[in-house]
Amino acid sequence: MTGDRFLLPEHRQIEVETPSGIHSWNLIDRPGTDPEAPVLVCLHGNPTWSIVWSRLVSELDPRYRVIAPDHLQMGWSKAADPHTLRPYAQRVEDLTGLLDALELSEPVWLVGQDWGGAIAMGWAVAHPDRVAGMVLSNTGIAIPTRRTAPRLIRLAASPLIGDLLTRRTGIFVAGASRLPGLGLSRDQRRALAAPYTSAARRIGVAGFVADVPFTGDHPSAAVIAEVAERISDLAIPVRLLWGPKDPVFDDSFAEDLRGRFRDVQLHRISGAGHLAVLEASIADMVHEAIGEAASPARGQVIADAPPVPLWSAIDARAADPTPAICDLAGDEQVSFAEFAERVRTVMAHLQARRVAAGDRVAMLIPPGVDLIAVVYACWRLGAVTVIADRGLGLGGLGRAVRSARVDHVVGPTKALVAAKALRWAPGAAQIAVEDLRRSAPPAKAAPNPQPGDLAAVLFTSGATGPAKGVRYTHGQLSAQRDALAATYAITEADAFVAAFAPFALYGPALGITTALPDMDVTAPATLTAAALAAACKKVSASMVFASPTALANVLATAADTDRSAFGNLRLVMSAGAPVPITVLREMAALCPNAQLRTPYGMTEVLPVADVDLVAREGVGAGRGVCVGRPVPGCEVVVIPVAPAEPRICAVGETGEVLISAAWMSDGYDRLWHTERRARGASPLDFGPDGTGARWHRSGDVGHLDAHGNLWIEGRVAHLIYTAQGPVTPVPLEIAAETVADVIRAAAVGVGPVGIAQVVVVLESATNTTQGAAPLEVRDAVRAAIASATANYPDGPVSVAAVWNVASLPVDIRHNAKIDRAAVSAQMEQVLSGASLSRPGRSRRLVRGR
Amino acid sequence: MKVLVTGARSALMGQIAAALIGRGDEVVCLQRGPAEFNGSDSATQVLGDIREMETVRTAVTSCDAVIHGAAKVGVVGSWEDYRSINVDGTTNLLTAARDIGVSRFVHVSTPSVAHLGEALVGGAADPAVVRAEGAHYPRSKAMAEELALNANSAECAVMAVRPHLVWGPGDTQLVGRIVERARAGRLVMVGDGSALVDSTYVDNAVSAHLAALDALVPGARCAGRAYVISNGEPRPVTELIEGICTAAQVPFSPRRVPVRVATTIGSVVEKLWPRLREGEPPITRFVAEQLATAHWFDQREVQADLNWRPEVSLAEGFERLAQWFSREACR
Repeated sequence: MTGDRFLLPEHRQIEVETPSGIHSWNLIDRPGTDPEAPVLVCLHGNPTWSIVWSRLVSELDPRYRVIAPDHLQMGWSKAADPHTLRPYAQRVEDLTGLLDALELSEPVWLVGQDWGGAIAMGWAVAHPDRVAGMVLSNTGIAIPTRRTAPRLIRLAASPLIGDLLTRRTGIFVAGASRLPGLGLSRDQRRALAAPYTSAARRIGVAGFVADVPFTGDHPSAAVIAEVAERISDLAIPVRLLWGPKDPVFDDSFAEDLRGRFRDVQLHRISGAGHLAVLEASIADMVHEAIGEAASPARGQVIADAPPVPLWSAIDARAADPTPAICDLAGDEQVSFAEFAERVRTVMAHLQARRVAAGDRVAMLIPPGVDLIAVVYACWRLGAVTVIADRGLGLGGLGRAVRSARVDHVVGPTKALVAAKALRWAPGAAQIAVEDLRRSAPPAKAAPNPQPGDLAAVLFTSGATGPAKGVRYTHGQLSAQRDALAATYAITEADAFVAAFAPFALYGPALGITTALPDMDVTAPATLTAAALAAACKKVSASMVFASPTALANVLATAADTDRSAFGNLRLVMSAGAPVPITVLREMAALCPNAQLRTPYGMTEVLPVADVDLVAREGVGAGRGVCVGRPVPGCEVVVIPVAPAEPRICAVGETGEVLISAAWMSDGYDRLWHTERRARGASPLDFGPDGTGARWHRSGDVGHLDAHGNLWIEGRVAHLIYTAQGPVTPVPLEIAAETVADVIRAAAVGVGPVGIAQVVVVLESATNTTQGAAPLEVRDAVRAAIASATANYPDGPVSVAAVWNVASLPVDIRHNAKIDRAAVSAQMEQVLSGASLSRPGRSRRLVRGR
Repeated sequence: MKVLVTGARSALMGQIAAALIGRGDEVVCLQRGPAEFNGSDSATQVLGDIREMETVRTAVTSCDAVIHGAAKVGVVGSWEDYRSINVDGTTNLLTAARDIGVSRFVHVSTPSVAHLGEALVGGAADPAVVRAEGAHYPRSKAMAEELALNANSAECAVMAVRPHLVWGPGDTQLVGRIVERARAGRLVMVGDGSALVDSTYVDNAVSAHLAALDALVPGARCAGRAYVISNGEPRPVTELIEGICTAAQVPFSPRRVPVRVATTIGSVVEKLWPRLREGEPPITRFVAEQLATAHWFDQREVQADLNWRPEVSLAEGFERLAQWFSREACR
């Protein structure tokens, strides 16, 4: 957020004659280049003025005409009757007068923030045929249930103090631009307050606050209540763009509105606050909201046969005394029969606590029998499990739970206390997991959830940015279970060790015995060979699922371990992060009868492709990491990253990897815009005009070879745009890692897009100093990269600098995914001679280890 | 084409003259003493001072084009010297060129005319800035470049080329000094040498000037503009210096001097040195800044406008430099 972004759009004045006199309206009127495109009417709130739309106006596609008036008595607009209080109904009427006078081509799109949103809703209800759609931001039409009126506004509306805050002093005006959020520049804050320099000029500000109907007998209360009732009749599309940090119109208002409209989508703008429309860039979202409405509705994917429910295997083995789950960390073991009984008990308790179908239930339970039982009980009841990866850390966990807006929180008492203290789920019912173990009356019969019903919202730790909630329906999870079973030929005869927490949940669905090894699942590197051997022995395991980091530690501690326990393993599967081939080779030696398989996929869709060690050795070296062929039922195509025309890449051509599968997640939770960007109807129908949801944009770049193998070359966000064209990082890193002494390498770009320079940053086995790598290493790395890229169409890749660091920043969860964005930012600093301005800054390339 | 090359006693201008002769152009040289370069026998040499209008007219007469590289460089000398040679000298050449009807005028400038001390990452050739204060060289060259570009007209196309950190065999400015100091164990590195900087292998600087001459016709896109030219392969400063030392087979073990110390010393030395000692000082503020901040440039536009590509990569350049040093050692 910088001052130079803040451009004052052109304002003009028009006079509108009314029975009460001539109003003088001040408004932004930006002409549009396309007379066919709808006109946007943007309505500001209190205590701002049309300037709050300046960022939208400057960034929005030029084809739209944008009208943004100052309400009468606000900004630079003057009412004919300057001292008359203008209640809500009057303001809606004022808008009619203005829009009639402007003679716009209708229907228009209304964009409203704060009070502007309420006026937009009122106007839409009064003139449904004149409105094409609405974009609403941090506004409301009724106080949501479970919430009292915002304290800040109640204070501002109290008779004496309120007048002092809102009219007689500029405190309310100044405060409004200093609320929590992404922050505004000084220029922006000044501009927002510019019209409100004296008490006389703040009459409108005070009037708006006085118009908030806290009591039923308030003159505006009945009018607003009627609008709140009637907006559900509107058939128009409504998009909610929300700043979740807003202390006034918080998430509960977004939820309230979401429940009122028929065609509604919510996008929470992470970090933004009350003035999200100015704090963040919303132009693309507004543009796409209009584009989406203009194109046909998204198609629903319907599976051929109804999927087998997730709990079927549990029911089928309800009398089976063989072990279902052996938790060696929590020292607890249950048979299939006991587990089925446990699920029924939990269901009964949850029913007693009024957990209903569709309710969202946050799981704060550590991995173990309890967690698995509660998850299946929720699924059976039709409740939605909200599960956050513990690798997110406390802050990330809180953000995740808060953004999912859960109805219930289940966890150990300790976790519940923390959740309450940190206000993760205000208003949600708390359920202590200890209580769920007590005996209970039989569960009442509950209708089966349907395949299209939501089953889970999963938050996993991404390499960067806040975690996104990924929605899965029952049908999608069932399909995922079936895909795993088919890919790995899993039958009831199998038993597996789940050293990778997410997979522990699949045991009961797959109907196989699951062992959780004695380890801290939040820290994969705590899995020792002895713990893995004990778990394998306990259940005579035929399969192990573990993250690469966990396997690396198993190998490091394997010296004195009894290897006989590994003899029974037919499959070792490792996922979650790139798996070094050396780890697989050593594992193969440790488990002589096991296939070493690595699936490729992501939280949004897994598995996508799969390869075993033998096949990977067979394909040899190539551009990137070979992740194998797509698994049956999963389609993969590659499209150019920035094509002039949509097209599919030729064999061997690098581009973004797109995926389609029945087990693909439903979308992103409360991130309408993110979901829109990530999903398309076909590989050629992505982006602002795409609709439908059959294809997922992975954000990975790679290519398909002539044998149908998929090769991953990095992330779209980590492409290095050099003067010779975009360069993918992974092939360069693989080449650099062939140089002796190099443990790990990151290839990043510095400098502007289009002329970026490639920089290779190294972790060395022997050299932990920070700075240019020694001459021999530089030469060797450059030579390795030149030879690996010799066949690139634009010639071999030239490396501007080969830099040595003590350690590269990696993700907490896998200790493997390099945060290239952070490395790039650091190298920008270092290679600009950052030490000139900030001594010592260049030394801080260490994180996460 | 008959081309006047001024300042042909410098390594770069001499090689430009040699390359022009090599491709069959007729060359006239103007400099104070006899210049020696490959084929200098077949060039017409005019000896004299560019501050004297008559000498300049004599040299320009009958030429089709001018590459003006004569200048007073370094930090030693009075402002009057810098101004009269770099500014008045350029005025004389521009005036003579216009009067005589020369249609192409390539002004050899320097990136320092637009260098204000901050990092330039993928920068463009910003307009020259004439500072009221500061070192004489960049200030006088900034004034000269302004004059030159303002003289661009429909009859006489003028452009400025700013070669960035030229080095190569026989270069006494950069290579010579680094090697001399490294040999004496007096090599100093400002900061940690991490700043990414552009440099230009001398053969590429030569080919760029020839390409400029060819592309420059009245009304051409490059007319009236300034371009920074480089190899387009920025490297950390430390890597360039180590590369030069390695090529010369001298030890690379610089003493490190903090950036602030270096710039401070540089400013003081710049002021005092001319009064105390002969020759060029060990460090100036400009050099200290150049060594401590990134400056590399977007080469797309210049490569397109001049239809030019650097032919010799840095790696190849260092190779050639090493060969040259071993031949020198054998002599």
